[in-house]
Amino acid sequence: MAREHFERELTKLQDELLILGSMVARALQESTKILKKQDTIGARRLIADDEKINTKRFEIEETALLLIATQQPMARDTRLLAAFFELSTELERMGDYAKGIAQITLYIGQNPLVKPIIDIPEMAEKAADMLTDALDAFINRDVRAAYAIAQRDDEIDVLYEHVHHELLKIMIAQPDQLDQANYLLWAAHNLERAGDRVTNICERIVFTVSGKQVEMTGVGREELVS
Amino acid sequence: MTVAAQAVGEYLADKASVATSSSTPHNVVIEARDLNVHYGSFHAVRGVNLAVERRKITAMIGPSGCGKSTVLRCFNRMNDLVQIARIDGQIYFQGQNIYAPEVDPVEVRRRIGMVFQKPNPFPKSIYENIAWGAKINGFKGNMDELVEHSLKRAALWDEVKDKLQQNALGLSGGQQQRLCIARTIAVQPEIILMDEPCSALDPIATLRIEDLMQELSEEYTIIIVTHNMQQAARVSDYTAFFMVDEGRTGHLVEYNETKQMFTKPADQRTEDYITGRFG
Repeated sequence: MAREHFERELTKLQDELLILGSMVARALQESTKILKKQDTIGARRLIADDEKINTKRFEIEETALLLIATQQPMARDTRLLAAFFELSTELERMGDYAKGIAQITLYIGQNPLVKPIIDIPEMAEKAADMLTDALDAFINRDVRAAYAIAQRDDEIDVLYEHVHHELLKIMIAQPDQLDQANYLLWAAHNLERAGDRVTNICERIVFTVSGKQVEMTGVGREELVS
Repeated sequence: MTVAAQAVGEYLADKASVATSSSTPHNVVIEARDLNVHYGSFHAVRGVNLAVERRKITAMIGPSGCGKSTVLRCFNRMNDLVQIARIDGQIYFQGQNIYAPEVDPVEVRRRIGMVFQKPNPFPKSIYENIAWGAKINGFKGNMDELVEHSLKRAALWDEVKDKLQQNALGLSGGQQQRLCIARTIAVQPEIILMDEPCSALDPIATLRIEDLMQELSEEYTIIIVTHNMQQAARVSDYTAFFMVDEGRTGHLVEYNETKQMFTKPADQRTEDYITGRFG
């Protein structure tokens, strides 16, 4: 195979992206466990660890930039390297969502929770699973899987609607709990956005493989899937 | 302290004068110190200081006439063959100035081999092309093994193993160039100089040579002159940028790690050159 060095470097970069992805997936899952347990020590640790995610993202960008500058990528290789920028940015922002949930845990502190934390960890599990599967699809250049994964965002949206509705009712019935209910709504919102960002990753997979720019939300997605 | 270690130490102590390199080699195998070359009255290379890292690929780039090929040829005394050439300064190879009077230039060229722009196999069999250099250097081992080993290292064995007695001129351009690399390897050099080794090859053959260079750099030090800046970016670990400007030819502007050179060059002139603003 020609260009063995370049291929090796691309594989190493993909490995780094997978590491970043697993750091982010773990942070999302951990953040909601911490919230549920009101674990402020864990929350501080997770906030500090976000720096490692940011550093990894910059490393990936630097390497991708170096490969563009030195290896003259063309066609699919160009799209692939462009995807590393987009994916690492999406992952870093998802890491920020986990950090935000940890911050919310600190805001709530040891005050009694206004509701049992059940749907929010489930949202995090789903987002983390989607993320892991999306990165597998990216590595395998699997467009079909990318479309299927993006559809799973609906499950997170349904949970979000449920949490949203529940928290609005609490806000109306217990105005003195408005702050905490609002914090929890933000936590759920972060996870809903995490699902959207995995959808963005799925769109990048399609672009990387086919060169087609697609939108995988709402009606557009249904049109593309059919 | 060994002479080589002293050379490295002095080099590092003096690195401020070495172009604008911000990242200097630390395991130096060959080093030009205050190298000046004149062809008659023409001052082709001026005050070049350049230390080359062992078992790495160092590329020399720059516009035509900037002196990069002249510097390359100084590294194994090929300029001795040019009657009007005058070389001042020193080139230290493992602590020894190769221009010292007691040094045999033939031995220098055995230890520092060269691959040229145009593949130049001898009009003999593939086998003889490899065996010839070893024979005249007094090789006493198993010649068949040496031929096979050299052709394998040059990634040519599989293509020629069944026709070793055929004339080398029947090979394609890319194969001929790999044969020349195999011929160079056969005399067990420590450094391989390459002067535009791919300029006569098609893109696929070029990429094969580039892959080969990267494999060989695990065992040999490679210094390559190339007009193709992208090639320097693709294959090298270090890059030296030479420039020619009005009345001033052959000076080293920047010498740096390739990854630095092609993403954040230290010198504006380098940036202008690699981004196509001049040259």
